[in-house]
This record gives sequence, structure tokens and C-alpha cells, in this order.
Amino acid sequence: MNRHRLNLLWFVATLAAALLLMLVPLPQPLEPFKPYWPALVLLYWSLESAERVGLGLAFTVGLAGDLLDGVLLGEQALRLTALVFIALRFRSRLRFFPMWQQTLAVLALLLNDRILLTVVRVFAGEALPPPSWWLSPFVGAALWPFLFLLFDDLRVRLRIP
Amino acid sequence: MALAREDSSPLFAGSVAGTLRLIFYLALAMVLMVLDHRNGWMWRARYAAAVAVEPVYRLAGLPADGVRALGVAFADRQRLTEQNQRLREDLLLANAKLNRMAAVAEQNERLKELLATQHSLGLNVQLARVIGVDLGAGRHRLMINLGARDGVKPGQPVIDARGLLGQVVEVLPTTAVLMLVTDPNHAVPVTVERTGLRTIAYGARDGDQLSLPTVPMAADVQAGDRLLTSGLGGRFPPGFPVGTVTAVGPAANGLFLEARARPSADINRSDDVLLLHDQAEPAGPPAPAASAGPPAGLAPAPAPGQPAAPAAGAAAGAAR
Repeated sequence: MNRHRLNLLWFVATLAAALLLMLVPLPQPLEPFKPYWPALVLLYWSLESAERVGLGLAFTVGLAGDLLDGVLLGEQALRLTALVFIALRFRSRLRFFPMWQQTLAVLALLLNDRILLTVVRVFAGEALPPPSWWLSPFVGAALWPFLFLLFDDLRVRLRIP
Repeated sequence: MALAREDSSPLFAGSVAGTLRLIFYLALAMVLMVLDHRNGWMWRARYAAAVAVEPVYRLAGLPADGVRALGVAFADRQRLTEQNQRLREDLLLANAKLNRMAAVAEQNERLKELLATQHSLGLNVQLARVIGVDLGAGRHRLMINLGARDGVKPGQPVIDARGLLGQVVEVLPTTAVLMLVTDPNHAVPVTVERTGLRTIAYGARDGDQLSLPTVPMAADVQAGDRLLTSGLGGRFPPGFPVGTVTAVGPAANGLFLEARARPSADINRSDDVLLLHDQAEPAGPPAPAASAGPPAGLAPAPAPGQPAAPAAGAAAGAAR
């Protein structure tokens, strides 16, 4: 029972931390390199414990992100729902990929996410973003193995099933 | 589908159900986006959720504050001394200028009183700190630590030490969001200081710049010209520096010249900003004159039940 609660707490804490990290600013020159943290954390959880991650959760996290970010209600909800859907669909393959293939898959997912975002923004009547806009998915994919190993390690240490 | 065979998780036992759910959520998100885009629900929702949302902003702003504090703590003595020296010199210079201006300002004030204008050179400002929060990539927005409880209202102009920074667009109870002058959705009426030409400066679509797309072909605008707020439109008070023209060229449509300008305000490095409290006087057409009729002295006495307020108001309007 206690173990179960700790487990849930850890799960929620990582999602909240991802949303918070999304808001923390980086110095101006590093700004385009900022990865999209909520997507990475949701990807990890949808690969590792798919019974807890569903489209509803992705939608809720996205809405929370939208409320914090203050851009357009529903934008992140749309992106994260699409991302989690693809990840869950290919979950059984992604899980048994070697790390480098998994990283490539994550890169593809994040790039797809950026394309979605660009489409939404263009529909909302904004200008096309500068080329540095496309750097963020690469940074996210480069961070993926470390994030994955760190989370796995923490799970073992905290003895969370 | 071939994939359904491999999927053993109960969530996706039936892939049709999964797809239907996806479509449902995507449709929901799109409906939300369209509704929000049309009438800006987001801010009503955010205002309602402010109790939960604002502490998160403070929390997310902590690292930036920490870095700033560390920068001060570990800055070497020499740099601090230099900075101190420079600030002292700036202050001395500014004070000297102020002293010289004080007499002129006083005279100006008296003359303006004679002309019965409301306009004053004094500034009614409120100091605000910028909260270091990232409001999305490529967004020309800033968050400050004052909100509705401090009397901040949407539309208030915001300046820093060098010039116009932007205006308040959204207000939460204890925080507010500024739109910077470099936002493509922002426009400010300006005059060219050297020639007095009036035009409008928009935020450029690329990068932290201003764009003046409607400069007449024959107008005399050069790189290096300073732009000031003109006060037209009634949103920004006149006379604040907005930017410096960097380049002038023909506009894409061939009918106008397009000038590019660098904003005067320190867009990326402002930590403290000033909120202007006295909004500019509304500079529209004058209030409609009182309906022609006999002079007030000859007018029939107002009906006993009716106060004379409307007539007095009209008279005041005419006097203005």
C-alpha cells in the first residue's frame, strides 16, 4: 500500500517537475536549445508503465502546460495527446529497441511534435519560426538516453516497481 | 492492423477504440484552441486558477533569481567597483542635466497652466521586477511581479531606463504579462525626432527589431534617426524614446519605404521596469459641443426633479 502510494507520488512528481522545467528560462543564447520536458517525461512513462499513461492523462498534462504557458489553450494538449498515442501504439517495439534506435525514434517523435506546433502556430496567424526553432528536438533526443538511464536508476534505488 | 496482434496492453486491446479516443481528444483540443483564439478564454481560466498558477511562476522564477544573486555574490570586486564608478558618473551626469532642466520644466509647467492643459512632465510610475519565466519559445512577452492587487490594468505603458518597453496585456492578481514592442502584434504611434514625421512602428516578424512599413516615399528618414512616442491614439504618452532607425529601404509593395529600427529599451536584459500610471490623455476628436440653444443664463430653469448635472457636464466639456 505504502509502496504503491510512493510509486504514484514519484510519477506525479516527475510530471510536475517537467512542467516546472518548461517554465524555467535559460540564458538568451541557450534559449533555442531548450528541450520540451513534458514530452520526454511522458514518453518515458508511456514506455515504462503504460497502464498509467493514457490519452486522458496526456491531454490533462497538456492542458496544465497550456494554463501555465499562457499561449493557446489546447495547443500542448493536442501535441502531447498525439505524441503519447504514437508512443503507445509502437510501445512494444520501442521498448526492445537498442538505445540508439530508441533515441532515433524519440527524435522522430519530437520532430513530429515540432511540426504539429508549427502548423498550429501558422494556423493561428503567426510568422514562420527561425531555423533555430528546429534545434530543440535534437537536444531532447540527445538527452533521452541519460534521462532514461537516470529514471531507471532512480526507480531501482527507490525500489519502485 | 498488424500491430494489434503485438499489443498486449489492455488499453489498446481494441485499436479501433484507441483511435476513436485519439480522435475525440484531438477534436476536443482543436475546439478549445479555436474557442480560445476567438475570444481569449485562456485568461479567464488563468485568472480563476491564479491561486495555483502564480506560486508556480514564483517557483519557476527562482533559478533565474538565484543565478542573478550568485552573479552578484561571485562577481569580483574590481568589476563591482567599476560598475559602481560608472553608475556614479551616470548619476552625476543625470543630476546635472536634471538641474538644468528643472528651471525649464518649471517654466513649461507655468506656461502650460496658462494654456490650461492637463499635461505634466512629472511621471507617476510604479517599479516592478521581471519574473524570469519562459512563456514559450520566440514569445515577445515578459512577466512582472505586480498584478491587479497593485492596481495594474491592461493597457498600461511600461518603460525602462532607456525607453518604451511595451504594455501590459494580461493581469493576474499578483502578476501581469507585458507585450514587448518587438512583438509582431504590437504597434506604437511614433514620430521621427529630427523631422517630426508621424508613422507607426510595428514589431518585426523576425528577431528583436521594429519595423516601420508605411513611411512615405518622399519622407526624409535616415539610419540613426531617433523615434519617439507621438502620443497619438491615447495609449502611450508622448516623448518616450522607442528606437533608433538602422536601415531604410523600399517596402515589398513598392508604395512606401520601410524602415527598420532597433528598440531603445533593453529588451533582453531588463530586470526592473517602470509602469506608467497616468495614461495619456485621450487624444480623439473633441467632445461634442453642447446643443445650440439660448445661453445658460437665458435658458429656462431646469425642471425641479431633474439635477442640472448634464448641462454642467456639457459646459465643462466645451470649456476643455
